[in-house]
Amino acid sequence: MIYLVGLLLVVLLGIAIAVAAKLQKVMGSTQSESEAPVPNNKANGALWLVFLVGGSVAMVWSYLASQDAFLPEASSPHGRETDSQFWLDMGLLTIAFFIVNFLLFFFSWKYQYKKGYKATFYPENHKLELIWTAIPAVIMASLVFLGFRSWTKIMSDAPADSQVVEIMGKQFGWIVRYGGVQDNKLGGYNYKLIDDNNNNPSGIDYSDEASFDDFINVSEMHVEVGKPVSLKIRARDVLHSVYIPHMRVKMDAVPGMPTKFWFIPDKSTEQMRAETGNPNFDYEIACTEVCGRGHFAMRLRLIVEDKASVDAWKQQQKPVLSTILEADPKFITKIPEKLRAKAMNYAPYVEEADSTTASTGSAAAASASMR
Amino acid sequence: MSVVEANLGHDVHSHDEHEHHELNFWRQYIFSEDHKVIAKQYMITGIFWAIIGAAMSVIFRLQLGFPGADLSWLKPFLGDWITETGALDPNFYLALVTMHGTIMVFFVLTAGLSGTFSNFLIPLQVGARDMASGFLNMLSFWLFFVSGLLMFISIFLETGPAAGGWVIYPPLSALPQAHMGSEMGMTLWLSSMAIFIMSSLLGSLNYVTTVINLRTRGMTFTRLPLTIWAFLITAVLGIISFPVLLSAALLLIFDRHFGTSFYLSEIYINGEALPNVGGSPILFQHLFWFLGHPEVYIVLLPALGITSEVIATNARKPIFGYRAMIASIMAIAFLAFIVWAHHMFVTGMNPFLGSIFMFLTLIIAVPSAVKAFNYITTLWRGNIVFTPGMLFSIGLVSLFVSGGLTGIILGNSALDIQLHDTYFVVAHFHIVMGAASAFGFFAGIYHWYPKMFGRMLNSTLGQIHFWLTFAGVYLVFMPMHYIGIAGFPRRYYQFTSFDFGKSFTDLNMFVSIAAIFTFFAQFIFLWNFFYSMFKGKVAPQNPWNSNTLEWTTPVNVGHGNWVGEIPAVYRWPYDYSKPGSDVDFIPQNIPHSQTLESNFPHENEYIAQEKEIEAQNYNDQFASH
Repeated sequence: MIYLVGLLLVVLLGIAIAVAAKLQKVMGSTQSESEAPVPNNKANGALWLVFLVGGSVAMVWSYLASQDAFLPEASSPHGRETDSQFWLDMGLLTIAFFIVNFLLFFFSWKYQYKKGYKATFYPENHKLELIWTAIPAVIMASLVFLGFRSWTKIMSDAPADSQVVEIMGKQFGWIVRYGGVQDNKLGGYNYKLIDDNNNNPSGIDYSDEASFDDFINVSEMHVEVGKPVSLKIRARDVLHSVYIPHMRVKMDAVPGMPTKFWFIPDKSTEQMRAETGNPNFDYEIACTEVCGRGHFAMRLRLIVEDKASVDAWKQQQKPVLSTILEADPKFITKIPEKLRAKAMNYAPYVEEADSTTASTGSAAAASASMR
Repeated sequence: MSVVEANLGHDVHSHDEHEHHELNFWRQYIFSEDHKVIAKQYMITGIFWAIIGAAMSVIFRLQLGFPGADLSWLKPFLGDWITETGALDPNFYLALVTMHGTIMVFFVLTAGLSGTFSNFLIPLQVGARDMASGFLNMLSFWLFFVSGLLMFISIFLETGPAAGGWVIYPPLSALPQAHMGSEMGMTLWLSSMAIFIMSSLLGSLNYVTTVINLRTRGMTFTRLPLTIWAFLITAVLGIISFPVLLSAALLLIFDRHFGTSFYLSEIYINGEALPNVGGSPILFQHLFWFLGHPEVYIVLLPALGITSEVIATNARKPIFGYRAMIASIMAIAFLAFIVWAHHMFVTGMNPFLGSIFMFLTLIIAVPSAVKAFNYITTLWRGNIVFTPGMLFSIGLVSLFVSGGLTGIILGNSALDIQLHDTYFVVAHFHIVMGAASAFGFFAGIYHWYPKMFGRMLNSTLGQIHFWLTFAGVYLVFMPMHYIGIAGFPRRYYQFTSFDFGKSFTDLNMFVSIAAIFTFFAQFIFLWNFFYSMFKGKVAPQNPWNSNTLEWTTPVNVGHGNWVGEIPAVYRWPYDYSKPGSDVDFIPQNIPHSQTLESNFPHENEYIAQEKEIEAQNYNDQFASH
C-alpha cells in the first residue's frame, strides 16, 4: 500500500509543481491580456479544482484501504454503543467536511479574478446568518444529547454482582490484584507498606483480614466472560492510564486518588480468535498517559474466559501473604495479634504446616465450590 | 483650521527633531522601542524556533515511520542520544516530543504569531505612532528572548530537556527520580516558562492599551479591522489565562524544590515511599488547562484575524457579516474559558463535570461554524486574486473546518474514552491549531512583507510553497486520523510492543515521508524570505489595493509611522467593490464627502461628522495636547 500512497503523493505534487511552473510561462505570454494583479492567477484557480478532485479521491480511497487495520468490533456493549455513535458523528461530519471544502474550493475557482468584473458588495444578510447559526446548534444539541446519555450510563456505578479487580500502574508495568478465593474481597492497602524487596509491591495492608487471601499478578488479568468487571484503578508512582483498546476502556491511574471503570467483556478471547481468524489474538492493556522511559511497553494480557477457567486460574495463584511469610517468617509479628492465627493459615513453612496447609487448601477448595 | 495647522507645524518640528537624534545601532536594531523592529525581532526569533521545532518532529517521525532504522548518521549531531546500535534513545524521544510541543505552541505560535503581527499591525492599523509603551514592549521581547535562551540551553543538558510531554503533568514532572527529563531540564523549562509568561503579559497589556487608547481620529471600535479585533481579544485571553499557568508552574516549583505537596500524594518510587500526602495531580491539570485551552485560541484567533483581512482584500469584497465575526470572536473567547476540562474526561474527574464540559465544548462549534460560513460567503461572487497570502488564507479556512469538525467527536465525552490520547487527537489539533495557525503566520508574512521590508516576495515561489505545504499538511494529518481510529496511543516510542500496534507500519512510514517532504518545502519560503529582503522587487505603497491605514504610510516606514499628521478615519475598512465607485477599494481615510457617487443614503449623514473628526487629535504622541 505504501507504494501506492507514495505514488499518489508524488503524482499530486508533481501536478502542482508542473501546472504552476508551466502556467507561469504560459501566463507570462498572455499576461497582457488577463492583467491579473499577480502572476499565475488562472493556474492557481485551476489548482483548487485539481486539489478538490484529487483530495476527494485520495480521501475516499485511503479510507477504504485503511479500514482493514481499524480495531475490530468492540468486545463490550458500551463499546459497541460508542462505536456506532462515533460512526454516526463521523458520517455527519464527513458530509459537512465535503460540503464546506467543496464550496470553499469551488468558489475560489469560480470567482477568480476576471478583468473588468466587479465583485458583489454583499456585507451581510441576517437571515442567512441566523440559519447557519441555528443548523449547527440543532445538530450539536442532538449529538450532545446522545453523548450525554451514553456517558452517564458508562460512568454510573458498577453493578453489585461485578467481578472486582484492582489494577495498579507503576513504572513500567501493571500489578493486578484479586480479592482471593476464600473471601473474594479486596483487602485494604497503604502506600507506605509498599515494599518491592519484601514481596509487597502493591502495599497490601495485613491489619485487614480481607487481605490475607489476596493475590497479585503482573502479566495477566483473567476475567469471566459476560459478567461486569469493575476495575479499581490505582497508581504507585506517577500518572498512568489503563487502556483496553478492544473493550473501549480508558481511565487514568492517579497516585493518591483511586479511580474506577466498569465494563462487560462479552466476547471471550477464544471467540475473538475465531472471529478475527488470528489464533494468537489477545486482548491487551496498555498505558496512555506518558509515564517515562518504558511508557510504550507497559503490556498486560487480558484473558476473557468462562467461569470455570477463571476459577481454575485463581486456584493456582498464590496469596501474597504466603509469599511474604515464606520469605520472612517474622512478618507474622507485624499482623495484629487477634488475626495472627488466621494469618498462620497462609504460612506453609511452620512446623504444624502439614495440617494447616492441608486445611487451607481444602478450605479454599470448599469456598470455591460453594460459590 | 488654525488648530490643525498648529498641530501640523508641531509635527513637522518633532519629526525633524527626531532626525537629529540618530539612534546608534544598538538602540535602533537591538534594544529598539519601535514596534516595527520589535515585530521583526519576534518574527525572526519565531522562524528560528519554528525550524528547530519542525526539525525535532522530523527526527521523531523518523523513529515512528522507520522503527529500528539505523540513525547513526545523526550521531555527530545528537551524540549519545543515539545509542550504540544506532537507535534513538527512548528518553530522548520523549524529550523531542515535549520540546516540539512546547516550542511550537509557546515560542512559535504564541510569541511568533501574536508577537509579530500584534506588534506590527496594531499601531499601523489603528493609526498610532507606536505602542502605548515602547519600553515595556522592548522588555517583553527581551524577556521572551531570555526565556528562549533558557529553553535552548536545556536542550544541551546531559540529562536532556524536559520530557514529560508539553503538558508536564506531575508527579512525573515533579519527581527527578521518576524520569531523566524531570531533572535540570524541567527546572529550566519552568524557569523559561515563568519568564515567557511575564513577557506575554507585558506584550498583551500593551496591545490592549494601544487598541483602546491610541486609536486615531474617527477610528471607532466598529471601524477597526478584524485583525485588530482578533489581536485585542487574544491579548485579553492571554492576560486572564497566563497568570493561572504561572501559578501552576510556581506550585510545581515548590513541590520540586521546597518539599510542598500541592500535586503529590501517596507515592512510592525507586524503593522509597515519599512523605507527601494530600496533594492532587488533577489540580495541576485543572490549572494547566485553564490556560491550555484558551491558549488554543490565543494561537488561532490572530490567524483568523489575519485571514479575515487578507480574504476581504483579495476577494475584493467586504468581509461578510463584520459584526457577526466580532461577535463570534467574543463568543469563542468567552467559551474558551469554560471548556478546559474536556481535556480531562478520563482523568478521574467527576463524570458529572464531564457532561457539563461536553455541553459547553460543543457550543463552541456554533460560533466557529459561523466564521467558516462567513469566509465562504465572502468568496462568493468575489473577484479573487491569488496572492500567496490569499492562498494561505483560503487554506487556513479549509484546515480550520477539517480540523475543527473532528473536535466535535473529541468534545463528546463518551466518544473521547476511546480516542483520548490517541493519534486521532494529535491529528485533530495539529490541523486545527498547528497547521491553521501556521497558515495564518504565512498569510500574514506574505501579505505584510512589503510593508515590513519595503520589498515584494516572489509570488510564484510563494504559490508553489503554498501548494506543497497545503498538500503536505493534508497528507501528514489525514492518515493520522486512521492511525488514531485504530487505537494507536500518542507519545509512544514504538508500537511493536503490542499486537494491536502491529498494523499500519506502512501508513506510519507514509506519514513520516510526507512530514519530511513538507518540512523541506518550507525552505522555499525561507529562501524567498531572506533573498527578497535584499533583492526583492521594490514594493509600491499599496501593493494589494487595500483599505486599511498601514498602506497610507510611506513604503519604508520610519519612526512614528506617518510623516506629518496621522490620517483620520471616516469609514469601516471593508469598502471593496462598492457599487457606484469606479475603483474597487475606498481606503478608510477617504471621507464620505469625496465619494458621493458610492455613498449609501445613511452614509451621507456621516459627512456632517467629518469636521468634528478632523478637529480631534487626542492620540498623536508627537503632537502637543
